[in-house]
Parts: sequence; C-alpha cells; structure tokens
Amino acid sequence: MFSAETAVAILIAFIVGAAVLAITGYSPLDAYVSMASGAFGSSYGVGQTLTQATPIVFTSIAFLIGLKAGLFNIGIEGQFLMGAMGATLAGIYLDGLPWVIHVPMTIMVGMIAGAFWALILLSYVATHFTSYLVNYPFKAPGWVAQSVKISGSAELPRILPPTQLSAAIFVAVMITAASTYFLQKTIIGYELRATGLNPSAAENAGISIDRSILVSMALSGAVAGLGGACEIMGIHRRFIQGFSPGYGWDGLAVALVGGLNPVGSFFASVLFGALRNGGMIMTRATGVPLDIVNILQALVIMFVAAPKLIRALLRREQ
Amino acid sequence: MVHQHFMLVPSLTVVENVILGMEPTVNGVLLNTERMLRDVADSCKRYKLDVDIEAPIYQLSVGVQQRVEILKALYRGADVLILDEPTSVLTPGETEELFNAVRELKADGKTVIFISHKLREVLAICDRITVLKRGKVVGTVLAWETSEGQLAEMMVGREIVYEFTKKAECGLEPVLTLESLECLSDRGIPAIRGLNLDLCGSEILGVAGVEGNGQTELVEAVMGLRDLTGGTVKLDGQDITGTPPRARIQMGVSHIPEDRYKRAIVPDFSVLQNLILGSQRDRFTRNGVSIDFAEASQFSTNMINDYQIATPGPETLIRYLSGGNQQRVVVAREFSRDPKVVIAAQPTRGLDVGATEYVRRKLVEMRDGGAGVLLISADLDEIWALSDRVAVIYEGRIVAVKDVDETDQQEIGLLMAGGGIG
Repeated sequence: MFSAETAVAILIAFIVGAAVLAITGYSPLDAYVSMASGAFGSSYGVGQTLTQATPIVFTSIAFLIGLKAGLFNIGIEGQFLMGAMGATLAGIYLDGLPWVIHVPMTIMVGMIAGAFWALILLSYVATHFTSYLVNYPFKAPGWVAQSVKISGSAELPRILPPTQLSAAIFVAVMITAASTYFLQKTIIGYELRATGLNPSAAENAGISIDRSILVSMALSGAVAGLGGACEIMGIHRRFIQGFSPGYGWDGLAVALVGGLNPVGSFFASVLFGALRNGGMIMTRATGVPLDIVNILQALVIMFVAAPKLIRALLRREQ
Repeated sequence: MVHQHFMLVPSLTVVENVILGMEPTVNGVLLNTERMLRDVADSCKRYKLDVDIEAPIYQLSVGVQQRVEILKALYRGADVLILDEPTSVLTPGETEELFNAVRELKADGKTVIFISHKLREVLAICDRITVLKRGKVVGTVLAWETSEGQLAEMMVGREIVYEFTKKAECGLEPVLTLESLECLSDRGIPAIRGLNLDLCGSEILGVAGVEGNGQTELVEAVMGLRDLTGGTVKLDGQDITGTPPRARIQMGVSHIPEDRYKRAIVPDFSVLQNLILGSQRDRFTRNGVSIDFAEASQFSTNMINDYQIATPGPETLIRYLSGGNQQRVVVAREFSRDPKVVIAAQPTRGLDVGATEYVRRKLVEMRDGGAGVLLISADLDEIWALSDRVAVIYEGRIVAVKDVDETDQQEIGLLMAGGGIG
C-alpha cells in the first residue's frame, strides 16, 4: 500500500499533529478516535470517505502520468473543471439517449475537454471561463451560479444511500488499474517513462520526445477531465460554481504521497478523503476546529512528499 | 582522497575551495584572508603545483582543477594521498604534469595510492602495484619486475589478446556514404564542414582525431539526432538524409554512444528495460500496443548469458552495474539487431582490461559478419589494434584516409594536430 518510508512519515505527521492538538488544549486521543470512527466506523462514514477520495484519485493519477514523462502538469485543476463542464453540457444537451450510450458519451466529452484544455495550456483561465459559462449562457434560473441538472440518463447511480458515494468510485478503480497497466506494460507507457528518466537516451533509441510529451500531456488532461466528469455525473448532477475546493491541487500532493504510482495514489486519496470526512465528524463531536485537518494534510505532505518532489525535480534538472 | 569526480565549488576561487571547512579566522568570526592566501601560495610553491590561486574554479581546466583537489588534501596535512582514476579526465600533457607533481610528493615523503586501470600509467608512476579483482587482492608486484602482459593476466585471470587479424579487402559498394556533410554544434557554430567519408562492409574504419574536432556531431548526424545544414547520408546507396532516428535503427544502423550515462542507457530502468530500448515497437510487441514481456524476459536471459553480463538478474536497475557491465548491455542490445553499420564512439572508454578486450572482440566479430564498423576513438592504440583503415578528422573535415599498414602513429598524430596538410 505505502512504502515503509511513507508509512513512517505519515505516523510522524500524526504525532506532530497530536502535539499541536495538545498545545492548543484539546485531547489528541479523543480527536483522533472520533476522526477515525467518523471516517471508517460506519458504512455511512466509509461511503462519505470514498466520496471525498474519488476526485483526488483521478487528479493524482493525472498528475503522475505527466510527471512520468518529465512533465510538471500544474494545470490539473483547470483540466478537471473543463472535464466537469464538458460533461455537464453533454449531460444536459445530448438528451433523449438511453443511459448505456449517454453515460459513456458524457464521460468521453469530459475526457476530451480535459485533454484539449491540457494541450492548449490555458489552465488558469478555466476557473474564470467555467464561471462565466454558468453565470451567463448556461445559467439555470434562480440566484445560484449553476447550470440546470443533467438528464437522468447521464447520471452515475448512487450506490450507498444515504451517502453520496456513486459509481464514480468504480471508474476510479478502473482508471487506477488501467493506468498501472498503461505505465508498466504498454509501449507508449514505456516510452513515456524512458523520456522522463533520460530524454537523450530515449531520443537515441528512436523515441520522439515531442510526441511522448504531447501524449502524456493529453492523457494527463483526459484523466483529470474524467475526474471532473465523474464528479458532476455522480455527485452534483449539475455544474455549480466553485464546486471544486481545489481537487486538482490536492492531486499533485497526493500523487507524491502515493509514491508516484497509481495504486499508491488511490490509497493516498482514501487517506485524504478520510481526513476530510473524519475531520468534519470530529469537529461536530469534540469541538476541535476543522483547521486541524488542514494542518494534518500539510504535515503529511511535508513529511512524505517534499523530499520526493525535490528529488524528482533534481533528477529532471540533470 | 582525490575523487574521480571533483568535489569543488565552481563559483568560489581556488583559495576559498582549498580552505573550505578549515577556514583560518580572525577572532573566530572574520576570515583571515591574508593567511589564507599566504598558506595556499606556500603549498603551491612547496609542491611545485602551478595554480592561479585567485581564479574561480569554473574558469580552470580539468587538469588544474585536479591540482586544486590535491592542494586541498595537502592543506589538511594529508600524508597519504589517494588518487582515484586521476588521469581519466586529463590530456596526455596534463597527465605528464600530474606525474611530475606525484613524483614531487613522493620526494617530500608522502605516500600516494594511485588507482587506475591504465596499465602503462601504473607502470610509469608506481613503485609497487597491487591488482584487485572482484574485491580481492590478486597479488602485489614491484613495478620494475613486471610487465603490461603480466598485469593484464593477473587482472583477467588469463592471457589477453590485443592483436586481431586485419582485413584489407573492401566490398564493392560502401554501406555508408557521407557526402559534403555540414552541421552545427550545440553552440550554433559550424562543427562539420564538408565532410566526405565512405565506410565499406566487412571493415573497421577508425576515425582518429583530437577530441572536439566534430566527432560527436558526426555521430549524431549519422544517427539522425542532429539536423544537417548540408550534404547527404546514404545507407546501402539509399539516401537517408532527413529520416528520423527510429527509421535508421530499423534500417540497420547501430550506435554505441560515447557518453554511456547520457545517450546509451536509462539508469533508472532495469537491465531488461534497457536491453529492449529501441526495439519496443518491433521485436518486443505482438499487438503493437503492449510489450511482450515473455519475449523480453527470454531475450534478456539469453543476452545476460551470451554477453556474460554480471548482474543479479534482469530486473536489477542498470545504475547498480559496473561501467563494464553497463557497456555489455549496450553492446548486446545494439548487436542483437544484426546491424549493417555500427557506429562505435569511444566504445571502451572507462572500461577495465577484460571488458575492453571483450568489446573489441565483439567489434571484430561484427566486421567478420559483414557489418561496416565506424570506430571513433581518441585512443590511437585502440585504432591501431582494430582498424583496417584509418581516417583523420580535423576541424570538421576528414583530412586523410590511410590503410593502417601504410602509415604509422607519428604520421597520424601529426595529421590529428593539423600538420602535414597541403
């Protein structure tokens, strides 16, 4: 699941977090117990934890696919939003299709939107662009900046009511398996990694560096777009301005916590999902402010990811 | 200890580098600049090490940087100096200067441990020679009682053959033709300026030259890694100018790059992954999508056996192998494609005696199998040991092509230095 190094780093993060709790006058034990039982203690808790984890699975895998080819894709957030917007529009306007066609079509449009956005490198604009779309041309009647609902045939079903967990989690599992296979077993995955690890040798072996980078960028964007699409189709069923609290940015850190491989990213996403979901329960039960969750996340990233990030960047420099 | 790769701070001056870690101070706060300068200058004079001590390191040649490393060790009061492969980065002239410095140190009562795989140098500078093999001492001999032959035998465990049979005849049609080749260096100045060369099948054509006369650019132009500004490249009479590297590899051009770590291997890939590099779309796939790991695994096992690659297994990262074994992986990969043309750039640089002999023998085997071998080497002995013909490259042009039997190293050496041209 995690390497020993990572497991120790996570442990240290929680110990330091306990110190912060103790200093501020809360009981670390009470806080952690209520957080853990909130995140994993009931089927409701598990469902909500996985719901929180799902989008980060996509964004973290999207980030690592880029990094494998030596590419630092910092535009994941934008590609995620564009995927969500593409899926929303496909979900609304491709009306009248049976769901067996409508769901895959909607997913495809989301992926293409993400990939396209990755290639034109306009990530920062995406937040404003999608906001514009739901405030003006595609705004639903009413006060909220959101689109109308997508049609029922484009929805991913909820699988554990009353939680928000949807079939998107299955798509996340599939993308984890597929990207593992892609990186380890396919020719293009092999060529991407060769390009990322030593572009000169890859070039010498007849691999086109430009093509490798283009492909990894497009795939990275497609996976981010898929994540956005699934979030709309499974959870919100419409595009609501500001629905992403920064899943794209979380993906960057989570990929590093997960040791830059898809399976590790999946479990690191669950950890972050559990922190978020368990944190909310903890706040309600013990009165510990929710900020401790941000502190814990920051500590995990600091202890696990920072050394890896620095190493990855140094290797790219060489 | 003087490392093979220097441990200097490029932006600091010689003096600052030498005193680093043992800075003389005033009141424990300020640097005692005067004493720094005086002490280091004294050391230079005493050991006859000629260094501009106030110059920043990055401005100095490799030979001078090495002297700074020695100064550093001496400044710390070292009585035993360990020099790890000190000549691998030096020109012949710089090597001679280093040897003089070492003799000076010896006369001053210092002990020098000189680690090298160059037999001639060991014999020239050392008093006693210890041979190590796989972490064990094979034996210690006195320099004036031994010979290159005996040392090589101790290192490999059997007699070493450096003499190979030569082939004088050439095929009717050249396999590789370079006509009026022109291209630029990385810095954008002309590196190859109207170069003409024919390589025949079943021959080894040595390209001799002082480094930096266009050898790197020549190889990259032939492999399609560098754009031409003029001229044509023909393979078997067919114009391949402008075709991408992959097409050339498929048409039968193999390449042993001069810079193994940069061009030849992916250090963080396994031995297996490095062995299939370049053939992942051809031999090692059945459906054009995924890699056929069964085939790759079988192939790796065969190559590890055939080329005697010392590795714990095919899944070991290649960065953990010795340089000689890394080079065996490269040679195995390139030769298994059954090439028509082999471009071998400095193929034995940095290798021990055993690996050197092995790579050379394989090059001769490729020639005997009908391939044309272009051997680019800075080592005239290597060119003489292997080549049927020798071409001299000088300032981006081939200035002479001779049969090895009809010339000698003096003449070629003169041509390499730009002498003897009309």
